[in-house]
Amino acid sequence: MAQTSAPSGATTHSPAGAPAEAVTKRDFLKLTTTAFAVVGVGALAWPFISSLAPGGDVLALASTDVDLAPIAEGSAVTVMWRGKPVFVRHRTAAEIEAARAEPLSGLKDPAADDSRVQQAPWLVVVGICTHLGCVPLGQRPTDARGDFGGWFCPCHGSHYDTSGRIRRGPAPTNLEVPSYTFTSDTAIRIG
Amino acid sequence: MRIVKALAVALSLSFASPVLAAEAPPPPDARFGFAGLFGTFDRGALQRGFQVYKEVCSACHSMRLLSYRNLLDIGLTDEQVRAIAAEYQITDGPNEDGEMFERPGRLSDRFRRPFPNEQAARVANNGAYPVDLSVITKARAGGANYIHALLTGYVDPPAGVEVMPGMNYNAWFAGNQIAMPNVLNPGQLEFADGTEATVEQMSRDVTTFLAWAAEPEMERRRQMGVKVLIFLAILGGLVYATKRKVWADVKH
Amino acid sequence: MAIGLHDSSFKNPVVRWVDQRLPVFTMIQKEYGTFPTPRNFNYFWNFGALAMINLMIMIATGVFLAMHYTAHVDHAFESVERIMRDVHFGWLIRYAHMNGAHLFFAVVFIHIWRGMYYGSYKAPRELLWILGVIIFLLMMATAFMGYVLPWGQMSFWGATVITNLFSAIPLIGPEIVTYLWGGFSVDNPTLNRFFSLHFLLPFVITGVVFLHVAALHITGSNNPLGIEPKGPQDTLPFHPYYTAKDSVGIVVYLAVFAFLIFFMPNYLGHADNYIPANPLVTPAHIVPEWYFLPFYAILRAVPDKLGGVILMFGAIAVLFVLPWLDTSKVRSMRFRPIARIAFLLWTVNFMVLTWVGAKPAEGHYVLIAQIGTMIYFAYFLVVLPALGRLERPLPLPESIARAVLGPKAQLGGGPVPGAATAQPMEKA
Repeated sequence: MAQTSAPSGATTHSPAGAPAEAVTKRDFLKLTTTAFAVVGVGALAWPFISSLAPGGDVLALASTDVDLAPIAEGSAVTVMWRGKPVFVRHRTAAEIEAARAEPLSGLKDPAADDSRVQQAPWLVVVGICTHLGCVPLGQRPTDARGDFGGWFCPCHGSHYDTSGRIRRGPAPTNLEVPSYTFTSDTAIRIG
Repeated sequence: MRIVKALAVALSLSFASPVLAAEAPPPPDARFGFAGLFGTFDRGALQRGFQVYKEVCSACHSMRLLSYRNLLDIGLTDEQVRAIAAEYQITDGPNEDGEMFERPGRLSDRFRRPFPNEQAARVANNGAYPVDLSVITKARAGGANYIHALLTGYVDPPAGVEVMPGMNYNAWFAGNQIAMPNVLNPGQLEFADGTEATVEQMSRDVTTFLAWAAEPEMERRRQMGVKVLIFLAILGGLVYATKRKVWADVKH
Repeated sequence: MAIGLHDSSFKNPVVRWVDQRLPVFTMIQKEYGTFPTPRNFNYFWNFGALAMINLMIMIATGVFLAMHYTAHVDHAFESVERIMRDVHFGWLIRYAHMNGAHLFFAVVFIHIWRGMYYGSYKAPRELLWILGVIIFLLMMATAFMGYVLPWGQMSFWGATVITNLFSAIPLIGPEIVTYLWGGFSVDNPTLNRFFSLHFLLPFVITGVVFLHVAALHITGSNNPLGIEPKGPQDTLPFHPYYTAKDSVGIVVYLAVFAFLIFFMPNYLGHADNYIPANPLVTPAHIVPEWYFLPFYAILRAVPDKLGGVILMFGAIAVLFVLPWLDTSKVRSMRFRPIARIAFLLWTVNFMVLTWVGAKPAEGHYVLIAQIGTMIYFAYFLVVLPALGRLERPLPLPESIARAVLGPKAQLGGGPVPGAATAQPMEKA
């Protein structure tokens, strides 16, 4: 590329014989300046990273109200919450019984049924398989519900029971229970 | 150096008038508290201004970019804002039956529009379209000063000027004939904080509210700006000192 | 180049391993470390580095804005306001992008002006200059399309007016415009293609910038005296001398930038662009952004449609042939007393064109624009070629070192203050 005339001019450091103090002073100054500049560039990254987080409008939609009154016993609805499906199932007495009867020792991810529901008939879980994020079947009456009466994930064959707990298949944990509150006897607010 | 000076003068001249004013005279400086480099919004004025918008302007003017949750920023409590939102019936749906339905407003809802669309707004307003006010102070040359001047600018037309039917005379509107009638009258509303509702007061407050609505980030922006400039001043000093040191043993 | 591992001079084993296989560290060291740079730069030589930084800021902010922007006529305006309101620091990123565009042009104008004043376009740097003009053209196209994206009134009408320029082309003009629009007016297809191109072009610019810098490192930099360095005593290693000097300029530039963003973010823009686009109502005064104003003034100075368009594009095209229009062998205006005055007058005239471009095209403003246009072209087409023959330049200094250090500096003899023996650069 360019002609290689020897770089010239002054040297980086003071010429020999100059007081050593000058060298130290310049190095300290350089170090401080560089440190300041590095901090500045680092701070500059923050607004950019921060802009990737959910915006104010997205956060404002972070809760969903569900009216439970129209959901008949034995049936279920799927509602959207934060862009994900949430299963709300009105369990029959037999389903509740099945979930409670199961000894914890036999479970892959042990959790008692009462720790997963607030009122026994109402099971509320995030409808996303904990394996790799598919939506399990079992919401419609015609769906396969797997070997344990709950949900069955068609992607890789995970079976969930009537408490949304993993019973067989590759999924590592139970279906997640979102935080929700009963705003009245027949209504919940998720989130 | 002479070149630099000449350049600087010429540049400042060419920057001085980047935007052309319309035919109307430039509005006087209303000396708002939020104007100036370090100004902030007065919370009382913002809340009173929202009351003016709600009780007067919102009959015709939408603010479609604002949501009820934004009102949390002007110092209203969560309950107050939820109550304000619930006063409005918002169209939602479709439900399972495929029907649209109405429900009380929530924090996440946008301000309800007075008219469903522009055509409906024009029909109701004699053919004129009441503009959306979300960013109005950014969208008018003169900004907040102009809005305040306009709201308080309804005067009798000078002799010889004939105002067209359906129009009103305003000293600060381009062309002086404006479809919007004078809407601010002394004592027409009662401020929650007991401030006397003069025309001047209502106009200033609602203009403050509109300025906030257009630039809700302004206060944070200025605070951050001060910090950034202080940082750059220190960094500038350090960099300049370093440069001097580096060049100290070179004649140039 | 011989095949085989590069003979790296770096000691750090990791750096050395990489450098032997791909000598990027050697290249950086050579081009930005020891690169011999004239010792007499003034602060005008900061502006190349500033432009580079500005381009990086524009690309960084732009990529993040694109993550939140929606290119659709029904959502564009609102999505920009969502960025301003709901995206964390969205207002900062958007205002940085907006004001960054203004500053980019200011920086590049000064960079070009410096090249014109000190004759940096002359042999052997003609191609370097031409690449620069190409960057400038690409910048204008990018800025124009970016301005359309918020879909405000000025976006829409600016797009309408500028695309209509192409309708001046005889015979196929109207067809070309239809193809630019993807419809029969500026509409959603137009917005979409402008977004696509606005995203693409900055990376094209980056490519041309790379060529611009590569060409610069072949010829070496010009300098305020306009004479070539004759030996080591005329130059300094780029680092630390010019890294330090550029840093000073960068901090000052960042301070101006920060002041604009944080305290007057909308000052350089037009209020009308906060009104959503309305294809039925043209704003009372359509004015382009300030950096287009001189060219806009030239466009409007000509009463003929095609003539105006030709002159406007000609105003930039003439820059491509500037290295051959200026026939003087002397580069720097410091040694060209008459050309210097002519160029300063041209500069003032450029500002007058900027000013008149913002005025309505009526009455005496048209006359001013016409005179300004004539002066603009006369400088390139008449004054410079003529002065190359007629002007008697002042005597040039013997060398940069002689001019800087005074007559005592002997070429190659005696102790030269500050120009001590060359030493290999060490890592700080």
